[in-house]
Amino acid sequence: MLSSWLIVLFSLIYLALLFFIAYRVEGSKQKKRSFFQGPVVYALSLAVFCTAWTFYGSVGKASKEGLGFLAVYIGPTLISPLWLFLLRKIIRICKTQRITTIADFISSRYGKNLSLASIITVLCFLGVIPYISLQLKAISDSFDLIISPDFKMKSGSFGLIGDTGLIVALCMALFSIVFSTRKVESNEQHTGMVVAVAFESIIKLFAFLAVGVYVTWILFDGFGDVFSRAFVFPELRNLFVVQQQFGYSDWLWIALLSGIAATLLPRQFQLAVVENTDESHLKHATWLFPLYLLLINIFVLPIALSGSMMFPGNGVNGDYFILDIPMQMNQKALALLVFIGGFAAATSMIIVDTIALSTMFSNHIAMPVLLGSDYRIKNPLFDLSRFLLNSRRFGILVILGVAYAYYHYISKYYSLVSVGLISFVSIAQLAPAIIGGLYWKKGNKKGALSGLIAGFAIWFYTLVLPSLVGSGIIQSDFVQYGPWGIEWLKPNQLLGFTGFSPITHAFFFSMLFNLGLYVLVSLNTKADDKEQNQAEIFVNIFKYEKIMDAAPVWKGQASIPDMESLLANFFGEQRSRNAIRNFSIRNQISSEQEKADPKLVAYVERVLSGIIGSASARIMVASVVKEEEVKLAELMDILRESQQLMLLNRELKRAKSQLELANHRLKEMDELKDDFLATVTHELRTPITSIRAFSEILFDNPELELDDRQHYLQIINKETERLSRLISQVLDLEKYDSGKQKLLLEEVYVKELIQESINSIKSLADEKKLNLLVDVDPELLNMILDKDKMMQVLINLLSNAVKFTESGGLIQVSALRRDDQVVLSVKDTGRGIEPEYQELIFDKFFQARNQTIRKPKGSGLGLAICRKIVELHGGTIEVLSEPGKGATFVITLFITD
Amino acid sequence: MNGAKKILVADDEPNILLSLEFLMRKSGYEVFIARNGSEAIDIVKKHNPALAVLDIMMPDIDGYQICSFIKNSDEHKACKVIFLSAKSKDADIQKGMEFGADYYMTKPYSTRALMQKVNDMLQA
Repeated sequence: MLSSWLIVLFSLIYLALLFFIAYRVEGSKQKKRSFFQGPVVYALSLAVFCTAWTFYGSVGKASKEGLGFLAVYIGPTLISPLWLFLLRKIIRICKTQRITTIADFISSRYGKNLSLASIITVLCFLGVIPYISLQLKAISDSFDLIISPDFKMKSGSFGLIGDTGLIVALCMALFSIVFSTRKVESNEQHTGMVVAVAFESIIKLFAFLAVGVYVTWILFDGFGDVFSRAFVFPELRNLFVVQQQFGYSDWLWIALLSGIAATLLPRQFQLAVVENTDESHLKHATWLFPLYLLLINIFVLPIALSGSMMFPGNGVNGDYFILDIPMQMNQKALALLVFIGGFAAATSMIIVDTIALSTMFSNHIAMPVLLGSDYRIKNPLFDLSRFLLNSRRFGILVILGVAYAYYHYISKYYSLVSVGLISFVSIAQLAPAIIGGLYWKKGNKKGALSGLIAGFAIWFYTLVLPSLVGSGIIQSDFVQYGPWGIEWLKPNQLLGFTGFSPITHAFFFSMLFNLGLYVLVSLNTKADDKEQNQAEIFVNIFKYEKIMDAAPVWKGQASIPDMESLLANFFGEQRSRNAIRNFSIRNQISSEQEKADPKLVAYVERVLSGIIGSASARIMVASVVKEEEVKLAELMDILRESQQLMLLNRELKRAKSQLELANHRLKEMDELKDDFLATVTHELRTPITSIRAFSEILFDNPELELDDRQHYLQIINKETERLSRLISQVLDLEKYDSGKQKLLLEEVYVKELIQESINSIKSLADEKKLNLLVDVDPELLNMILDKDKMMQVLINLLSNAVKFTESGGLIQVSALRRDDQVVLSVKDTGRGIEPEYQELIFDKFFQARNQTIRKPKGSGLGLAICRKIVELHGGTIEVLSEPGKGATFVITLFITD
Repeated sequence: MNGAKKILVADDEPNILLSLEFLMRKSGYEVFIARNGSEAIDIVKKHNPALAVLDIMMPDIDGYQICSFIKNSDEHKACKVIFLSAKSKDADIQKGMEFGADYYMTKPYSTRALMQKVNDMLQA
């Protein structure tokens, strides 16, 4: 036994820690927030699915029914991959339409219908409140158990602190009020609360695993040991045989039911959809969430079996084995940890469900009542945002109050699991309206409403009424013989069906009528224009989301001051004015004129939807706008137009950027050409200058000596040659550049090629007294190439070498074969080339532009042409040189057979 | 040739240099030839010519720099400058004049017009 003071103290410390975490996160900087809004926190928060029912109840169920407990976790695991499609679409719709509750989602889909939202809110209350009370029960049971000396269950314990359930309910109310109703926001996201819930998920998992490890490896000797000892008892061995009574099909139904619940329960919807900050987190959630379920279930069987062995007979409730075992072994710290783990499991569920339900309460019940009355008209200064927050606070108190009452008067009589599954079945009733609404345009409000009402009625009749028998409210005859003795109306055997367990039976019949009516009524009735518009947008959300902002779905007259005052009800005047101005700028509409643009009206409606729900928002906007119905055909036209406009815009932008690029390239090429032309003209002017000067001298000076005359004529002759060489090289280069130059390939003896090239510069080399050395690989006989052009290259390189080498120097020509390459090189002992110029010398007119190395003269095109020729042969040319020690030009050609 | 006016001729094309040297000498001037910028500067410093006929694009020091050296020094600024250049765009000519040149002729030029200009400049 542990002192109740100690437990209370730890519980309070734990709660304080939760407050602290949520408070710190809310106040944290944006940078830290990105972690808190990351995929891991998101996935952990989804583990709110595992309530006290999982924490305590799974063991209880396993000790009674063996593997049956697993169905509740297999279902969500199997369904989670579908979230990538289903939840992604729901999230996208909720973000663009600013939907913040599951009731609003359905009502918005079916024409923003107010009665639908209110009905669903009531139904969610009916379905979830027992579930919340179940959590209160778990906390107070475990509390009573841990402080009792003989750890036998007693009902309604009154310890030092009075009624445990009531205290817990009050604490939860405080937390929910503090962290969900501090301010009015249009996206209803509560990062602090989400992180606190994720933290609670870690705590409950840790506590469960701690007991699991303790039982499996400390009390026993591993999994095998637990099972082999348990199997000595026939009743435990039987747990692993699927129950004959309901069998596999029951198991499958429960799995399906749980999968739906894990997606649609108000708390799951709140965390998975409303609190989602990034769709990509879904990807992580689809494996992290099932992993969490797996971990928290690993030790269920060992704990259940060892509990059953430790407490034989029916004296101890299996639901609390996980607490009983450490108590029995006098492991106080472990027991305390378990209590806190269960506390975490229960509180996280209570907090999130309460917040989700209170939003529904204020948006779909309180607000419509206010808007429907003339109270606001009589009190124009009425503060709507305070009303909204107060109605949420009130909602939280009502929910927890009712949950407490239910706990106090009714739920004490049930085991944990049954109430949980009853709640699941009620929430599953939303599935046809939601899934149909996402993928089936014809599904309409009348269908959804009739399906929902029928489903809930059957749920109530087959599950809730029989459950009240235990508390004595209803006579047991009702269940045993049917109402008024009518057999086929027996709540657990409708139409005489006996093959199902009560839960499956209720699930099957409620869904049968729900789905059947939804489809049949939808097919046989007509949806109005508002509904058709919403159906179109929901089903094709991925097509429309981008243009939602720009699409005016309101027709009619409204004034900007009216729009401003609508928003000012919740945001204050300054923020509202800014919001309207920003929207106007973003969408290029005027915010100055008196009349509001239809797009602006639609925007205001969406912002209001985020705060008070779509139906209330529509009512508020309609109160200041003279509305005309927008027909579906018109909406489609508007949407299509916006879409086409956007496409056109994008197309135009792309064309423009392409044009800019092409223009830029043209300019560049133009500049290059200008540059080239300027250089060519410059190079042409120089020889012409000499030619003209000497012609004039010769003409004007007939008295010149013969020698001088001849000298001058020779100069004219040489300069003319230089001129024509330049012209032919320019033309040559132009041919290479434009790709018109073709090679004349033939088989060429390499030795001959080199020898002939050398012959044509031999006289020049001899003049400068240069030594010539030739080295041709003897294995290298012939190659396929254009002989004239390759000779042109070699002669060019050789004459450069002659030009740049001082008298007495050495010029070496070699040809080597390396695998499939032939390397031709021309090496001189001239002054070499600075490293920074080694690549540039192959550019056209590089010489002319860089005057420091201008001498001796050449056209400046020789090496450029060499490179072109070699490249046309598929080879490369480069220069290796160390300034002062000569240069080696290396041509590498590839032999292709 | 005592008392003959001194002319500096600078160009990196030997043939152009040769023709200019011939023309100037025939008209009775004392000619100093430079194959690059630094030779030209040396000659200006040493002989203080009355006229400098300069190519613009030369290795090391270009014609602009020689011109601005002449026009910015108290000793030599009386020296007239004629640019002879293959650069023929209006912008090139304007740039030459901004450096303080007295005349600008584009290559190829008429030797007669050139000598006319030279004689005019040196007689004034």
